[in-house]
Amino acid sequence: MELKKVALNDLHEKLGAKMVSFAGYNMPVRYSSDIEEHQTVRNGVGVFDVSHMGEFSIKGPKALDLIQRVTSNDASKLSPGKAQYSCLPNKEGGIVDDLLVYMLAENDYLLVVNASNIEKDWNWISQFNTEGAEMKNLSDGISLFAVQGPKAAEALQSLTSVDLQSMGYYTFVQGDFAGAKNVIISATGYTGAGGFELYLSNADAEMVWNKIFEAGKAFDIKPIGLGARDTLRLEKGFCLYGNDIDDTTSPLEAGLGWITKFTKDFTNSEALKKQKEAGVSRKLVGFELLERGIPRHDYELASPSGDIIGKVTSGTQSPTLGKGIGLGYVKTEFSAPDTEIAVIIRGKALKAKVVKVPFL
Amino acid sequence: MNIPESLKYTKDHEWVKVEGNVATVGITDFAQGELGDIVYVEIETEGQELAAHEIFGTVEAVKTVSDLFMPVSGKIVEVNPDLESAPETVNDDAYGKGWMIKVELKDSAEVNGLLSAAEYKSLIGA
Repeated sequence: MELKKVALNDLHEKLGAKMVSFAGYNMPVRYSSDIEEHQTVRNGVGVFDVSHMGEFSIKGPKALDLIQRVTSNDASKLSPGKAQYSCLPNKEGGIVDDLLVYMLAENDYLLVVNASNIEKDWNWISQFNTEGAEMKNLSDGISLFAVQGPKAAEALQSLTSVDLQSMGYYTFVQGDFAGAKNVIISATGYTGAGGFELYLSNADAEMVWNKIFEAGKAFDIKPIGLGARDTLRLEKGFCLYGNDIDDTTSPLEAGLGWITKFTKDFTNSEALKKQKEAGVSRKLVGFELLERGIPRHDYELASPSGDIIGKVTSGTQSPTLGKGIGLGYVKTEFSAPDTEIAVIIRGKALKAKVVKVPFL
Repeated sequence: MNIPESLKYTKDHEWVKVEGNVATVGITDFAQGELGDIVYVEIETEGQELAAHEIFGTVEAVKTVSDLFMPVSGKIVEVNPDLESAPETVNDDAYGKGWMIKVELKDSAEVNGLLSAAEYKSLIGA
């Protein structure tokens, strides 16, 4: 299958990015160095082109009902200008996808989903749309830049009349940005470093990208690849769909109880409610290595006595902490912080301990 | 792409420099570039005698982990001690300070089976 390209594909290649296949798209994984790019976002400001992400418009008097039915978080708590993290539970106890729900206006919502799941999510949500909410898949026309880092607001302020510094986390405004109209300026991100996500028309992508880099020059702004995006999100303990959560993991097992609201009915809510009352038998935990070693996806987790108690779902050497960190599912009796566990790396059991996430 | 003429290469993206009966082994500039930032080089085979193509260690980058294969048969007589505390040396100087092991050759004829710089260059399409 031919890889899809984001609007600025050629620009990334000109910048010298190493491009890789990701979720069916040709995407920049790094421009210079994963670690340098990671530090740029943690300490300064960097820009990710994450235009591969999917966007669905849900409109009309039945829009909220549909969203309430398919998502686990309570979208009725949203007001225009607010966004929320949520997930789409399946009927078997797992998760179809995780997503952001934006309330643009009364009866007007935008769902932002993972690139790898665009078609799956569209089909999933559509089957529940029996009351005629207006659904549109806008994914191919929207570019998404994540400008992340503690200097993001300062670096971007000259490009918009919106007061960026004063925006609360998970709020957004629609306005002019860098000469483009109707840009969604959203105080969200997947790095835990602060910053903004900008949703704009593909036609404006190159102009906006260039203006961001002009304005950010004084702040040493850099393009950042998906490699650093993964280490940045992992240091903050954010789940990655396909690794830490999937069709077989329950939101309660994954520590997503905070977005699983039993104030309303939604797909599989009865069963999840029972699961919550009974307690889960495994939990997604963070852990850090006490010996030198790097945990990786699918490595086994063991008890100190050598019994297999679970599996690593994400792992890396934390660029900030300089040690091996990871997420993984363990039997619930091993899930308390400070519990000693082991990671099996190339046949050796390396000591690790369960820690609270975020790691920093 | 830096592919020195004076070295031999393998399909596993290792370089080999033969001096007398000893081969120095590392990974190529192409390999380090593909891996990205190298954060851990684990080689625990010092003193062992291994056959060609056997695994002598592992190199871990931020995003990936990759096995290291013996380009030739022989005894590992030395492991680069600097890589323990500074694995990024492999990124900075793949053909120099980033060397990984020295191997006492078991059969020097095996060296003839390695790739020339030109052959390696065509392998990676450089």
